[in-house]
Amino acid sequence: MGKTIWIVTALVMLAAPWAFPGGFALTLLTQMGTLIIFALSYNMLLGQGGMLSFGHAVYSGLGAYITVHALNAIGKSWGWVTPLPLLPLVGGFAGLAFGVIFGYVTTKKAGTTFAMISLGIGELVYACVLMFPGFFGGEAGISTNRTVGQPLFGITFGPSIQVYYLVAAWCFACMVAMYALTQTPLGRMANAVRDNPERAEFVGYDTQKVRFLQLVLSAFFAGISGALSCINFEIVSAENVSAIRSGGVLLAAFIGGIPFFFGPVIGAIVFIFFVAALSGFTKAWLLYLGLFFCIMVLYAPGGIASLFLMQIGLARAGRLRRMALPYALAAAAALVALAGLIGLVESVYRLSDVTSDPQMVLFGLELNAKDPAVWIGSGLLLACGLLAIRFASRTVVARWDAVQQELKGASA
Amino acid sequence: MNIRVVGTAFLAAASVAFAAPALAQSKAKGNPVKIAYIDPLSGPFANVGEAGLHHFRAMADEINSKGGLNGRPVEVVGFDNKVSPQEALNQLKRVIDGGIQYITQGNGSSVAGALIEAVNRHNERNPGKEILYLNYAAVDPAFTNEKCSFWHFRFDANSDMKMESLTTWMAQNKSIKKVYLINQDYSFGHAVKKAAREMLARKRPDIEIVGDDLHPLGKVTDFSPYVAKMKQAGADTVITGNWGQDMALLIKAAKDGGFGGSFYTYYGGGLGALSTIGESGVGNLKQITEWHENVPTKIEKWTQDFEKKYKVDFYYLRVRTMMSMLAEAAKKAKSVEPKAVAYALEGMRFQTETGEVEMRKQDHQLIQPLYLSTVQRVAAKGGPKDVKYDVENTGLGFRTDAKLDAFTSAGFTSCNMKRP
Amino acid sequence: MEFFLVQLLNGISYGLLLFMLSSGLTIVFSLMGVLNFAHASFYMLGAYFAYQVSRTIGFWPALVVAPLLVGLIGMAVERFALRRAHRYGHVAELLFTFGLAYLIEEAVHLVWGRVAVDYKVPAELEGPLFSILGTPYPAYRAFMMFIAVGMLVSMWLALTRTRIGLVIQAALSHPETVEALGHNVPRVFMLVFGGGAALAGLAGVIGGNAFVTDPGMAAAVGPIVFVIVVVGGMGSLAGAFYASLLIGLIQTFAVSLDWGLFGYKISQIAPVLPYLVMVAMLIVRPRGLMGTRDG
Repeated sequence: MGKTIWIVTALVMLAAPWAFPGGFALTLLTQMGTLIIFALSYNMLLGQGGMLSFGHAVYSGLGAYITVHALNAIGKSWGWVTPLPLLPLVGGFAGLAFGVIFGYVTTKKAGTTFAMISLGIGELVYACVLMFPGFFGGEAGISTNRTVGQPLFGITFGPSIQVYYLVAAWCFACMVAMYALTQTPLGRMANAVRDNPERAEFVGYDTQKVRFLQLVLSAFFAGISGALSCINFEIVSAENVSAIRSGGVLLAAFIGGIPFFFGPVIGAIVFIFFVAALSGFTKAWLLYLGLFFCIMVLYAPGGIASLFLMQIGLARAGRLRRMALPYALAAAAALVALAGLIGLVESVYRLSDVTSDPQMVLFGLELNAKDPAVWIGSGLLLACGLLAIRFASRTVVARWDAVQQELKGASA
Repeated sequence: MNIRVVGTAFLAAASVAFAAPALAQSKAKGNPVKIAYIDPLSGPFANVGEAGLHHFRAMADEINSKGGLNGRPVEVVGFDNKVSPQEALNQLKRVIDGGIQYITQGNGSSVAGALIEAVNRHNERNPGKEILYLNYAAVDPAFTNEKCSFWHFRFDANSDMKMESLTTWMAQNKSIKKVYLINQDYSFGHAVKKAAREMLARKRPDIEIVGDDLHPLGKVTDFSPYVAKMKQAGADTVITGNWGQDMALLIKAAKDGGFGGSFYTYYGGGLGALSTIGESGVGNLKQITEWHENVPTKIEKWTQDFEKKYKVDFYYLRVRTMMSMLAEAAKKAKSVEPKAVAYALEGMRFQTETGEVEMRKQDHQLIQPLYLSTVQRVAAKGGPKDVKYDVENTGLGFRTDAKLDAFTSAGFTSCNMKRP
Repeated sequence: MEFFLVQLLNGISYGLLLFMLSSGLTIVFSLMGVLNFAHASFYMLGAYFAYQVSRTIGFWPALVVAPLLVGLIGMAVERFALRRAHRYGHVAELLFTFGLAYLIEEAVHLVWGRVAVDYKVPAELEGPLFSILGTPYPAYRAFMMFIAVGMLVSMWLALTRTRIGLVIQAALSHPETVEALGHNVPRVFMLVFGGGAALAGLAGVIGGNAFVTDPGMAAAVGPIVFVIVVVGGMGSLAGAFYASLLIGLIQTFAVSLDWGLFGYKISQIAPVLPYLVMVAMLIVRPRGLMGTRDG
């Protein structure tokens, strides 16, 4: 079972560019690769170590800055074969070094205090990046050119497809390495420190040291992802260390599911979908993202991964079909509510921005945001949808409990 | 989750909905020449990006009604860069995928710098599919000096040129004796500070610079300590490149703290600024721009129609200049190929509403007249008679202090351009 | 000398405003264990509500109405969302408020637009109140201090002298016992959270027109308030008070110093100093100024 997952993952990564051709799709796939590493490294803190960080972009961003300087120093004068494939290690070790420096301060505390300190460190670093333009290039950032040195087997890393495969290879390697880390004594101790710090302390472990080590390792992988994004975009700027990035990786990891190793992978993919694809359709994408996140926190704290895993148990027992009807009900109710919500949100956006055209195309219909019928209709849809969700969720829960009872009975 | 298919379908539906009425009365026919507008269309700066897009759409309509680019209609397509250099490069990939060969952008020199580099790389790697970048507002002097590129044309005066005009006027004003500099601590703020020091020393060595502060960008909530310092230093004039919240808070704090000097700014009339500053700015807040609404021109009616239609002030005269010059260049080149158009744009002289402008050949910088103006109440509210129009319905408008001819700000360029 | 006095007053008034913000956060944290990431968003809502109310019925009613509205929203958030998130622990609560901050910002964009609104200081409080050796001191700054001190005193009285205050204090340490005595602990928590939000709203009412009322105002003060709570010691109201004044004064006086270090002036890094103070505090005294817990 374990091995097949890795093989499937590798195959999907190999095949993805063929399934989604085109320059823009390839960019998105490359970004997904870097964000997957970043989100997994974030989950080493939140999911495995119980450390909620609001400043994780510091490590990936500073890693990216060091990488861009390394790449520029190598520059065109490099006569040997291109060192680009190994450059992420530079970013990784830079991230690690900054992890040692900042981790010493932040890991003194756990829980909510840790969260606030990480936020403060993030702000501090962001302000410094703008303040020292000599090294950080100010708001314009530092540009670079990734085609350095002699091509490696004819690969120059100029075309995006070659960069995609470089990112995919690193992504796969990092996933394996981070998974292996969860199996080590340190990974297990991190879990213990997350679940019950007092007990871990009594057993004789220094909780602060465990948190520190976990953060330093996580910063290493964050640095690798920063280096890869530097290679992909050929520019590093202040936004690489900004609070927006730190918040983004938190959203991505959580939406995917922090209790599971693979959760953040799903989260990274969904997050890129929201940011890159949805923002092309609607100006309200930030609102949808925020709502989606809040709903996940309240109703599915295990993220999308937990929703999937719940079904796997049932499917194995062959009872998934019993849930089909309640699920279909719930999905239909959710769709109705969603349609109403989208109608309302889009109308409000059209009206709030006086300069935009009230005429809009929703679900293939031409609607006018000023038309009260649109408002009433959307409102009714939303209200009905919410009521239906209430009803449907009861059926789902009732059926779920019944099936669980049956399973218990069968096994007893 | 096939993003491309869904996206294309949606964009197609949306563009039909938006483009159909616009093209209705157009004289131009055939395959449109598309210009990609890569600026913020969501997030905190969306309003700035939206306003700019309306300027471009209005100009596209006007050009199309006059026959378009060599008979082909112009179409402006918006791409949301979320004011992030990296997201702008993402959007550039979409632009390239869509076969669009003209891009324009203005908000943020950081984004502009990234785009110039990316366009250079793309044009080098893909000959025959070149992209031309028309910059309407990013003012970092480097883009037309050490970082200049054949594929980049700037239609706004860069920050050094604005300072050149500002200091030329200050040099004639003998009542200015003590100047205080306050700027945001990042590349643009540093450029303003450096230029102000050099130029004042050259033109009015007797002016004393009594203070020089840099503060972090967008992080200061309380400017009153800075104002106390200005008063302590006895400054009569403040020069600042601040924009957005940093400028509004500074002017408000100055009024609360009883500071009576004048403010020479770059962005005193920027979107949303006067709404925040309000009456505190009357008589002492000055800006340097290529135009403001109370400059008498022949397009007065056109701008009023624009404001009625789009419900934003017409602010960027340079967008008008840029689109008109683009149409002229296409005519001259008898082509809409970016390379041919670029060669036609170089060195072009053009008559605008405020006088003759020139696209300087050496560095692709537009040399144009600039106006220094001061905030006043509009005539309807008891202000001077020539302040006819206000900004964002605040009851406050700008009044010209001086028109500074194109040559005042021209200056020199260190550009050493490689031409294909 | 006058320069020093003016800067001192500026520092104290800014520090007091920071305290109005950090007090609500501290109370909610110490009573409920919830770190409200959306606290600064409530501050922003307070300013916008006050702007809206003061346009129709004036500033003085807004001073009361706006915080009450924000408090009601806070109670609704606690009742319908936080109570649910509480089942999954404090991290889930924190995450929810993090998402809530996104939502509130977008809602403000929607309703009031993306540029600053013209929320003015009332005419009665415009102009100078008194002069310090010839330098006028703005009346509104003095008013800010007055409100902040008034709030501090009434809050202290409410917590120590009233019945509900005692119940709140008891619910903090022994929720089961208080519940057993017949008090509705969830309702107490709801009131506390609403109260904390209302305090932030009040700070918004008087801070919004002194500074600027725009959608970025929450992000501008949020991190500083967190720094104050850490420096003062998690959950300590007195600590938050001293830390607020400390940060307010440091920021103000650093601006006036033109000393240089490696070519960088102290004034240049003034707004970053709070973060440096926080780092220094964590190295020297991890529990903060008045904190009792080390963990």
